[in-house]
Formats: sequence, structure tokens, C-alpha cells
Amino acid sequence: MNQPPAPAIRPTLAAIFACFFSIGLQSFGGGLSAWIRREVVRKRGWMEERPFLAGLALCQIAPGPNSMNMAVFIGTMLRGIPGALVAISGLMLVPVVVTLAAGMLYFSGSSIPGLQRGLAGAGAAAIGLILANGCQLTPRAVRNIGQACLMVFVALGLGVARLGLGEVLALALPAGLLLAIWQERRPREDRDR
Amino acid sequence: MILLRIAMLFGSLSLLAFGGGSGVLPDIQRGAVGAEHWLTAQQFIDLFAISRATPGPGGTVVLLVGLKAAGLLGALVAGVSMWGPPLLLVHGAARVWRRIERSVWRRRLEIALAPIAVGLTFGGGIALVRSTESGWVFWAITGAATLVLWLTEWHPALVLAAGAAMALLAHP
Repeated sequence: MNQPPAPAIRPTLAAIFACFFSIGLQSFGGGLSAWIRREVVRKRGWMEERPFLAGLALCQIAPGPNSMNMAVFIGTMLRGIPGALVAISGLMLVPVVVTLAAGMLYFSGSSIPGLQRGLAGAGAAAIGLILANGCQLTPRAVRNIGQACLMVFVALGLGVARLGLGEVLALALPAGLLLAIWQERRPREDRDR
Repeated sequence: MILLRIAMLFGSLSLLAFGGGSGVLPDIQRGAVGAEHWLTAQQFIDLFAISRATPGPGGTVVLLVGLKAAGLLGALVAGVSMWGPPLLLVHGAARVWRRIERSVWRRRLEIALAPIAVGLTFGGGIALVRSTESGWVFWAITGAATLVLWLTEWHPALVLAAGAAMALLAHP
């Protein structure tokens, strides 16, 4: 894997805009959170893995589209209000223009053969992007058997048992905090990297 | 005034759009198709497919509903009223997060939230598999894409294009 990034990098507003613009440009088919981690953590090293993961959880818990939430969260962490504004503008510029153009094309009555099926295939691959992101994050986020159980509980509770987010979190968050406090009492072996 | 009604529909749902926003889609459909008659049920389904196919987050269907109801200004009002409140909330959370940088509770929360973030990621992916196009071709595409993106450094756009090509080749 990549070198651990040096902390306290403070990118310019233009760099933040360019980063999220490229994410918005490349992100056909959803799964933007995976793209954001690729660009912000792995390629640019603006954030370390642990604050990124906490932000990812908060943004998934909060209402609204996860990727837009992530742009605002990361922009705010890096450069406050201006950072949040350039991040969300960069992210949404291309998607908004392309979506509106496609909508206008649709209402004008045009159609392209095979489009629906091709898009369904790209959508299926985009789900792979989400699942692969989960696979790559697992060794970074899960350090003991308790945390592994916690992760599996959240995944199956939401994905298979169709429990509500509130019910899952009401159990998972206290359990996660207890595990974190318990982990502090142990020697350093399973902390950090 | 139609812009006000757009703002009221999406504004009232914006802070309820948990789990990435797909949970309030039925409410949007009920409001925009059933109550307001801005578009037909078939148009709503088509617009949802378009919003999934174009780049960006899945929730961009609200822009298209606004566009149909009141043109570009309608799209603007729909987007701002749907996304403004949650984004302000997240901005506030990030400010608090930055302020408590050295706190032991932020460290504990980060450790606690990490496996939850991954669980939410897997759970969202599994829910998508179960709710979208089914059939072995699509499951195979999802499985292959997962492995390739997990274990290699291939560019994701390449994998998405390959997924589209596989779907077309399997049923021309």
C-alpha cells in the first residue's frame, strides 16, 4: 500500500475544487464515496485513514447523499466554510449539468437503443465499487474480533434483515464505544497500524 | 406559486433522507406524481434511471423532478431545498469534529465509528444488489467488479465500462 501520508497538509481552495471536480467528472454509476477515498486519502494524502473513516460514518448516518455530505465534511475539515463551498461546487458541477441535459433530452422524446441495459450493467459494476471499498477498508477499520462482529452486525442488519438505521445505530454505537474504551486498557499491540 | 410548492415538498423530506436518500423516493413519488401531478409514474421511473446513469450521487432525480415541474429554476429550488439542510448539518458536525481534535472522546468515537462505517458501506451495497436489476449476469458483473477493484489498481471507469459491455453482450 501507499506510504502513510504526512499530516497537516493544507491544500489550496483551487486544489480542493480540482480534486472534487475530477471526482464528479469520473463518477459514473454511483459509489462516489469510494472515489473520494481514492482521491483524497490514497492519492493526495490530505486526510489520514482514521479521520476519513469517522467522517464517512458520520456522513452515512446523516441524512442526504453520502458523497455530497463527504465533500462538505472534507472541505470543512481542510479549509472551513470556503473549503466546503468549493468542494461541493466542484463535485456537483459536472453531474448537475449532465443530469439536466439528459433530462431535457428525455423530455424532448429521444431514445438510444441498448442504453437501458448498458446502464444496468454499469450500475451492477458500480455496486462492485462500493463492495470493493468495503473490502479495502476492513483491515484498516477492524482490529479485533469485537469490531469484526460489530461490522458484520451493521452490514447484515441494514443489508439483509432490513432493520432501520436508528435501531442498528442504537446498538452499534454504544457497543463500538465500549470496545474503544476497552481497547485503551490493553497494551499497544492492536492499536494503530 | 409552484416554486414554493417544490421547496415545501423537498424541504419537508430533506432531513428525513437517511441512508443516502433512497428511503424518501416513495414520498417524492407520492408528492410529485400523486399529489401535484407534475409528471406521470412512468416518467418518474425513467427519470430515476436517468439520474442513476448520469454521473453524481443517486439523489439527482430531485433535479429532474424540479426541471419537469418548473424548468431550470425549479431544478435549482428542488436541489437547494433537498440538499441544503443536511449539508448544513454535516458542515456543523465537521466544525465540531475539528474543534475537538485533541479530545480523547474524538479518538474513541473514531475507533468506534470505523467498523460502523465499513458495515454501513457493505450494508448499502448489499441493499443495492437486492433492490436493482437481478439475474446471474448482473450478479456476475457485481462480483467480478468487486474482485477486480479490490485486488487491482484498475481505474474504476474502465471497470464500469466493462460492466456495461458485459451486460450488452450477454443479451444484445
